[in-house]
Amino acid sequence: MTQAAEIEARGIGKMFGNFAALSDVSFTIGRGEFLTLLGPSGSGKTTFLTLLAGFEAPTSGQLLLDGRDLTATPPETRGFGMVFQGYALFPHMTAEENIAFPLKVQRRSAADIRARVAAMIELMGLGGHGHKRPSGLSGGQQQRVALARALAYEPPVLLLDEPFSALDKNLRGQMQDEVRRLHRELGTTFVFVTHDQSEALALSSRVAIFEKGRLQQIAPPREVYDAPANRFVAEFLGDINILPVDLQAGRPQVEGRAVAIVTPGTGPLALRPEYMGLATSEPVTGNALPAHLDDLTYQGAETRLALTTRGGLSLILRLPTADVPQSLTPGSEVWATWDSARGFRL
Amino acid sequence: MTHASRHLLLLGPLMGLLTLAYLVPFLGVLRWSVTLPEPGLGQYGRALTDPLIRSILWRTFRICAIVTVISVTAAYVLALIWVRAAPGLRLLFELFILIPFWISVLTRAFGWLALLSTRGLINTWAQSLGILSEPLTMVRNEFGVIVGMVHFLVPFAVFPLATSMRNLDERVLMAARGMGASRTRIFWQIFLPMTRTGVLGAALLVFVFALGFFVTPAILGGGRSVMAAELIFLRIFQSPDWGLGAAISVIMMVTVGILMALLLRLTGGTRQ
Ligand SMILES: Nc1ncnc2c1ncn2[C@@H]1O[C@H](COP(=O)(O)OP(=O)(O)OP(=O)(O)O)[C@@H](O)[C@H]1O
Ligand SMILES: [Mg+2]
Repeated sequence: MTQAAEIEARGIGKMFGNFAALSDVSFTIGRGEFLTLLGPSGSGKTTFLTLLAGFEAPTSGQLLLDGRDLTATPPETRGFGMVFQGYALFPHMTAEENIAFPLKVQRRSAADIRARVAAMIELMGLGGHGHKRPSGLSGGQQQRVALARALAYEPPVLLLDEPFSALDKNLRGQMQDEVRRLHRELGTTFVFVTHDQSEALALSSRVAIFEKGRLQQIAPPREVYDAPANRFVAEFLGDINILPVDLQAGRPQVEGRAVAIVTPGTGPLALRPEYMGLATSEPVTGNALPAHLDDLTYQGAETRLALTTRGGLSLILRLPTADVPQSLTPGSEVWATWDSARGFRL
Repeated sequence: MTHASRHLLLLGPLMGLLTLAYLVPFLGVLRWSVTLPEPGLGQYGRALTDPLIRSILWRTFRICAIVTVISVTAAYVLALIWVRAAPGLRLLFELFILIPFWISVLTRAFGWLALLSTRGLINTWAQSLGILSEPLTMVRNEFGVIVGMVHFLVPFAVFPLATSMRNLDERVLMAARGMGASRTRIFWQIFLPMTRTGVLGAALLVFVFALGFFVTPAILGGGRSVMAAELIFLRIFQSPDWGLGAAISVIMMVTVGILMALLLRLTGGTRQ
């Protein structure tokens, strides 16, 4: 029944009146891939999913499923599973009846349906809630019913629109593990939408980053994080320190101090907060900038430090709390350091 | 608590008005029913045992039930088209639904009389075209009454139905489509159950409204298919039998009250 599919988007555009919700989006979603669509609110993620599912037709471009043109195929024939933003459960049916609905559509036997529904209830930790209507379930429980309903009938492609947004951190972690395990076991193609950068990096085989309806980059998590295609992607995936680099007689300088840079490129140097270090006195070797410590936020295992360099640059550092000297208080004069092998040029 | 009492304060004047306009006269009617012509429940006994009155009450409920089923079904289709139609078509529909509101019941009843009577438009045409050899009796019987009542009541049923259809979350239907469900299955298993509250509301509205119909049955029933409202009128204004007329009124009111309570329980049950 389940046969993971390959989907290709060719120059997909979607207009709502004069507003371009998507422009010229082209990429291929591999068979059995776990692709995450990431982007700020209104960047066109949901729109792209509804085009994939077939609820809306693209204004331009083409969708192909295993090489066949999919543009004119209605959603009921595509049969992609979708978990909607806001769940879209059937309000007049119990959780169990919701999960059973797609199985009934597939005309499975009553015994098979009963067994599958019970298995999904168990898997999603919904035991004891199966007979409740959606209005009697918490947001997180409703979300899990929606997930169970989409997983139960084993569609060839699963589209998930922020399926964990209503869950607390612990439950979210559990569901992420569950989804990752299901993906491994089922081999289904997953297209997942999230606002949460770390979730995207943790789950996916590739991440597609959207901004204003345009695809900014599509690459494996490490690559989008460590080698972003542009400044938007770099800044969207988390805090980043951007150091302007001048050339003095062919040697790179930051704020008048000579630095060693081994990464290729010519733009400013970008460094993730966790790749920078802190020293209380000027280091003998290596790259360093003198700075003033503005603020220090204890976050458990990590501590976040906000610095301003003498030249007026704002820097963010994230250090293991164990590495932060206890004497450090806001107002201290410190040195921000980094390894020349780290970072990338924008 | 304070919130609720503030609401009560705001509702106060309206409640007062409703009490004055409905409750006080109703209590008067209730008093007549147990005091005229002599104190006691005798009039209720008569109303429930007199074969003529019983047959009229039974006919009233039967006709109202038929009218409700036909009106709500027709209104459901109309509301569906109205809500789902393209803007241009929607405007046309609004006109068709709203125009009947501007025409009086009397005009419409006479309109149907002109159309349906033995020498009316339909019979004349059908005979001249040779479709019918004998004129068809379509008025002065239940058929005429039902046609006239349905025509009057359909627009009233359209609004609660359209509201419940508009409030429905489109994504739920999309979800069902995405699972491969056919349009028929989506209609019967998703759309219809989700608009159940609207259906029950529309049905109650039509039924209660129909119970009190006077003009339409009087004109299109032509005295042969007398319904409760006409019966009450006759008892009170033509034969000075106020006690009996009042008792029948109270029976109707209680029936409506029971129906309302049932409906509230039914719609309340969709939550849980
Ligand atoms: N049916 C529509 N009519 C008009 N504009 C629309 C419609 N659907 C979406 N849009 C617009 O298209 C843009 C992209 O919307 P979309 O729902 O895809 O965003 P999103 O990336 O999913 O955002 P979020 O993260 O907030 O869910 C938004 O600016 C939105 O207002
Ligand atoms: Mg969205």
